[in-house]
Amino acid sequence: MNLTLKIWRQPGPRHRGSMQTYKVTDISEDMSFLEMLDILNEQLNAKGEEPIAFDSDCREGICGSCGLMISGKAHGPERTTTCQLHMRSFTDGEVITIEPWRANAFPVIKDLVVDRSAFDRIIQAGGYISVNTGSAPEANAAPVPKQHAERAFMAAECIGCGACVAACPNASAMLFMGAKVTHLSELPQGQPERDARVVSMVEQHDHEGFGGCTNVGACSQACPKGIPQDVISTLNKDLRTALRR
Amino acid sequence: MAVTGLVFVAFVLLHMYGNLKALWGEESFNTYAEHLRTIGEPMLPYRGLLYVTEAVLVLSLVGHVYAAYTLWSRAGNARRTKYEAVKRASRTAWMRWGGTFLLLFLVWHLLQFSIVKFSVNSAKQGPDIQQNPYALLVASFQVPWNTLIYVLAMVALALHLSHGVFSASQTLGLTGTAAAYRRAKLVGHAVAAVVVIGFLLPPLAILFGIIK
Repeated sequence: MNLTLKIWRQPGPRHRGSMQTYKVTDISEDMSFLEMLDILNEQLNAKGEEPIAFDSDCREGICGSCGLMISGKAHGPERTTTCQLHMRSFTDGEVITIEPWRANAFPVIKDLVVDRSAFDRIIQAGGYISVNTGSAPEANAAPVPKQHAERAFMAAECIGCGACVAACPNASAMLFMGAKVTHLSELPQGQPERDARVVSMVEQHDHEGFGGCTNVGACSQACPKGIPQDVISTLNKDLRTALRR
Repeated sequence: MAVTGLVFVAFVLLHMYGNLKALWGEESFNTYAEHLRTIGEPMLPYRGLLYVTEAVLVLSLVGHVYAAYTLWSRAGNARRTKYEAVKRASRTAWMRWGGTFLLLFLVWHLLQFSIVKFSVNSAKQGPDIQQNPYALLVASFQVPWNTLIYVLAMVALALHLSHGVFSASQTLGLTGTAAAYRRAKLVGHAVAAVVVIGFLLPPLAILFGIIK
């Protein structure tokens, strides 16, 4: 396949960026999207040009490092992460636009790499449980009803890639936060800090400069793990309950 | 946003019920209009309940518009660099620009039928028309361009409600399960359909001469 790529280039956080056009040829449709970018970078290296910076780590869709806005869709046209997107999802001769996640809370570090530490600070604000570590507790010591366990596991699938923020017309991180809150609220271990958790996480979210949720649902559609929008409802309910107490 | 929105949903459904009285003729419609003013007498003064309702609606409107503006400006600040290749989510545009259109429509509608009570029908003018709710209604919707404004406004309202009812349920935390989520979406579409059909029946019946 031969492709035209329009890629956002920005030398550093304080520099102005712009879209640059590149051509790649003889791309196999079995390549992943990131492998296609690797090939482009080898060509750029050979020519002595600065390679395109992008995030990636596990390349098997579980770490949440990679994430690109591909022709206007977070992680591209399939429901998966950018590393698990393959070139067979594109057609020969296609023009592909590649941009970084756009949100003020996710400033661009270089080219397609954004700083997502705002997510870490939201987790630090309350997305954890305080327990004394030691040997693993006996598995049946704290029984969890099946439907709660299932919903907790579903929410825990969130890999914190930031596609929800990138796709949201309000640049809100409510799906991310909803997943974390639902994950812990469904389990007995999450109950002692349940009220304080949701209040401090929402405070941190707003402080980071994310937008407000208007329940559009673009987040869920973009989520590579298919986290449903109803976790936002759980977040809202927990917040309402916490604020009343 | 959610609470004030639900106030409007309740109001809009009651308003629609009143409008449908027009299909049963002049007496039914005008008696209902008068009854709205005398409801609760003698415990309440004349128009007592209407004044209370109007106050609640005005406060809700201020709250709703203020919350919408806050969300709108937060969204603008949260993403200063726009995408090259992303089209704006149409639902967001419908809620914001559709909502703005509904606000302008509301001004027109209140001037026409409540505050000034003027007839846009050049053939039907005078105090007989203005003082008779049914006559004013019929005179107004015999004018095609005026009916068109109402048709557009009701389409905007339907789109606003089909997202708004669901969105309010989400915000209030009522959709915490997959089943409740699907139900809220369905209720949103159902309310929107009922409202648009219920509100448009009388004007269209008048425009096509079914009721005179």
